[in-house]
Amino acid sequence: MNERDTLLRRLIFDLQKVSFALVELQLYLDTNEADPQVIHDFNQLSELQNNLKRRYETEFGPLLQYGYSPAEYPQGWVENPWPWEL
Amino acid sequence: MWIYEKKLQYPVRVEKCDLTLAKYLITQYGGPDGELSAALRYLNQRYSMPNRKAMALLTDIGTEEFAHLEIIATLVHKLIKGATPEQMQAAGLASHFADHEHALFYVDAEGHPWTAEYIQAKGDPIADLHEDIAAEEKARATYEALIALSDDSGVKDALRFLREREIVHSQRFSEALVLVREDKEQQKFF
Repeated sequence: MNERDTLLRRLIFDLQKVSFALVELQLYLDTNEADPQVIHDFNQLSELQNNLKRRYETEFGPLLQYGYSPAEYPQGWVENPWPWEL
Repeated sequence: MWIYEKKLQYPVRVEKCDLTLAKYLITQYGGPDGELSAALRYLNQRYSMPNRKAMALLTDIGTEEFAHLEIIATLVHKLIKGATPEQMQAAGLASHFADHEHALFYVDAEGHPWTAEYIQAKGDPIADLHEDIAAEEKARATYEALIALSDDSGVKDALRFLREREIVHSQRFSEALVLVREDKEQQKFF
């Protein structure tokens, strides 16, 4: 595995950890009364997720389709590996 | 509207090609208690769900199930990658190879194609949430069987994550069931 592959995997892994915490909190908030502390944690994690997403996109191109990530040239969306290729 | 994110929900690591394991795992792709059944069941029940919290929960769990479907797909794809027709035949996958070669397909462990008969929408919120809790418990049991059948540490790790998610989903659906029952109790007095 070369250095770039290692960086890609690391950035994805950092995102996976934060995104997972947000999925878990989202489901909790669906059925439980909104505790101000949970809302605070959610928003803090959301900001961290945005920062990690931008960090990944600067290196490897769009993470999301349809304009939820900025487009770039050359086209990372097409060229960079799909999850099942990693 | 759904947006695709170019990453798996959980990292997937597969040690080696293992066709027998792939043959079992595919049931969580297109089998009765698999992730496709789960996603389609929950997202479809939203329209007749009267409780707003349960409606949000069906949306969010239904969406997470598509992320799980992609984890299973990645596991199966990696387990069968590069297998020869002879190897597929030896693992009991000759019929799969004849119809699908190395493609994935929505089938159970015995090759039966996915059918909408696996899922239900009664329109009654209590009946539907009971169905959802049962579905999560059946999926949990299937993951436990698959963990027992697997000797690949990477596959086991992903399956343990998916098993845990079934438990959390079951708990959240149980909370939604309490809320829906409370709605029904209140209606009696009006």
